[in-house]
Amino acid sequence: MSRTDPAPPVTGPPATRPPARRRLARGAGRAGQYLALLCYLVFLGFPLLWLLSTSLKSPQELGSIDPSWIPRDPSLANFRAAFDAQPLLRSALNSLVVATSAAVIAVAIAVPAAYVMVRHRSRISRAGTVWILVSQMFPFVLVIIPLFLVLRNLHLINQLPGLVIVYVVWNLPFALWMLRGYVRAVPISLEEAAAVDGASRLRTLTSVVLPLLTPGLVATLMFSFVTAWNEFFFALVLLKSPEKQTMSVILTHFIGAEGVADLGPLAAAALLATLPSLLFFALLQRRLVSGMLAGAVKG
Amino acid sequence: MRRLTRARLIAGAWTLALLGAAGCGGGSPDDDGRVTLEFLSLAWQAESVAANEALVEQWNAANPDVQVRYVQGSWDNIHDHLLTSFEGGEAPDVIHNDASDLTDFANGGFLADLSPLLPDALLADVPEAAWSTTTYEGGIYGVPFLQEPRVLVANTTLLERAGVRLPTPEEPWSWPEFEAAGAALTEDADGDGDTDTYGVAWSMREPVTQTVNLSLSTGGEVFTRRDGKNEVRYDPADSAVAELIHRQVHEDGTAARGSLGMTGSDTLPGFFAGRYAMLPLNFSFRQQVAQQAPDGFDWTVLPMPSGGPRHGLAQGVAPQTLSVAEDSDHQRAAADFIAFLAQPEHQVALAQGDWMLPTSQQALADPALDTEEYGWRTGTRIASELRPSPVLGVRGYPEWKDKIATPALQEYYSGAIGLDTLRDKLTDDGNRILDRYQR
Repeated sequence: MSRTDPAPPVTGPPATRPPARRRLARGAGRAGQYLALLCYLVFLGFPLLWLLSTSLKSPQELGSIDPSWIPRDPSLANFRAAFDAQPLLRSALNSLVVATSAAVIAVAIAVPAAYVMVRHRSRISRAGTVWILVSQMFPFVLVIIPLFLVLRNLHLINQLPGLVIVYVVWNLPFALWMLRGYVRAVPISLEEAAAVDGASRLRTLTSVVLPLLTPGLVATLMFSFVTAWNEFFFALVLLKSPEKQTMSVILTHFIGAEGVADLGPLAAAALLATLPSLLFFALLQRRLVSGMLAGAVKG
Repeated sequence: MRRLTRARLIAGAWTLALLGAAGCGGGSPDDDGRVTLEFLSLAWQAESVAANEALVEQWNAANPDVQVRYVQGSWDNIHDHLLTSFEGGEAPDVIHNDASDLTDFANGGFLADLSPLLPDALLADVPEAAWSTTTYEGGIYGVPFLQEPRVLVANTTLLERAGVRLPTPEEPWSWPEFEAAGAALTEDADGDGDTDTYGVAWSMREPVTQTVNLSLSTGGEVFTRRDGKNEVRYDPADSAVAELIHRQVHEDGTAARGSLGMTGSDTLPGFFAGRYAMLPLNFSFRQQVAQQAPDGFDWTVLPMPSGGPRHGLAQGVAPQTLSVAEDSDHQRAAADFIAFLAQPEHQVALAQGDWMLPTSQQALADPALDTEEYGWRTGTRIASELRPSPVLGVRGYPEWKDKIATPALQEYYSGAIGLDTLRDKLTDDGNRILDRYQR
């Protein structure tokens, strides 16, 4: 039946309204759900709101024993100080280039790899799965010196492409792990039907499988982007020139010895650092939802 | 299909554009015969960064053949950052760090011995005690140029109201007088049984450094050297200040218990609100106090209590240092630049930027620092009493600090364990760790 067919006539008995008590219980349940959702949103949004509030406060207000949500005398002085003290725009651009490149490349490599691992099960693909899990257990400090030496031999120290390669390698196992689940959820019968209709393997993958993977691709892209955007240690060690440093490294320049911090400008800079991630989510989340819906009506 | 191809093309172009943007720029080698030194600075406050950059500009203008490139580093992870750079042969030429980090790097052969490279004027201007913080087995591995003692930042109004004598570097409080002053300042203003003002707030989230450094004031030193080996000792002289803090918190109620888990910054709001009358803080914290104090808030800087005629105002410090990487191709030029930064007038500028004390004798005597404002005079007058922190030169100290001393001292200050248990943990468990580094 197509979605444009007229609705069949109603032949059963007319629907009766549920009793008032049940309606009340249902309404209370719905209100409880909204309340829980609101609490969850407040919980998630608290750090961001507090960051915003802190970034607008004067040093005197930051030193007050009674912290308030609403700044008494809000000003943008901390933002000006942050921009004066550090090259925030340049570092944000560096982060954007690195994070976007790393996310796109990691996903581009992970998609075919995940497909092969799911559809062509063999000892190698099983070993690959185990390797994914094991690779997630390496601590940064264990790999940083060998990695540093390898990148130096490739003349990629202090180069953003060097950092992109590191992030791709670092993100790839988890991206692969995420996409495996999405590929497995695509019914193989769809691919068989496409083959019966005469579609080539490539056509099946691009026209049938990839559209259904859209939510997975978007989610993996988001994950890879945010991981690369927030990463600090590799960026600190591998990028030496001030003009190459990323946002996460620049943020630590507001912190001194023994954890002393220039709190107002730090909050302002940290708030700015969260904006690209939020924008990225805002842009992609529609694709995430539309992809899910597209998958829901297939077949 | 056409749509698909276009999408692919766009994706490919976007990736190439991003990689192209990533690859553009980059440092150039010294191919014009000019030396370029990389200076990794850990200055972070705006005034301090400005002072460093101004000096670099001044140097570059006067030395066209030896240009210095200023790179701002971060105190966060500096050890791992440098270790990776050293191992990878990519270390900066001139390195700003603190003396406690030099031991392992000097032992690892990563730092150049500066003793033949530094001018006599600099060697004579910085006191022997400061040089000893960076000297290992006869070599000098860093120039100590900034240092900061612990001082008491005090609410002048509360001190005057309590009628306590204001100590000076010439006539400091003894530790018993400090305890008595703390008691006089502790107040239950509304009589509800709860303390409204505590005499002192000890911020003890990182308790090891201040416990060890302040022990010098009572004749302790925690680390001793016997038969060429470092050993942990925790005798009554070593533990006197720790016992006093414990007594103030748990017996007298003159020190705020809640502050034990705080950093120095965390205690400031309570200080401004009159909840704490005195804060033992590092000298550079004055900047935060000056910046955040409410209008009309009257505060002063006092010396830490004296350990009597024998020990005076002694306390341990680990100065900030300037070193040269062993791998640097331009060690002489790097040492010349360090000597330039360490000139007395330049040390004054750097000290003012960081709100710390210079190590140079001439800089300490500079009129710019001889002012009552923000307690500068108190600092310059206690400078001669400062001693190298006992932790300097002790291999294995970072592990002892993290695994043994920090949790043990936190337990002791919170009242979870007694002095005997603390002593056993610091010495028995601690010496096992140090032994591993000294085999």
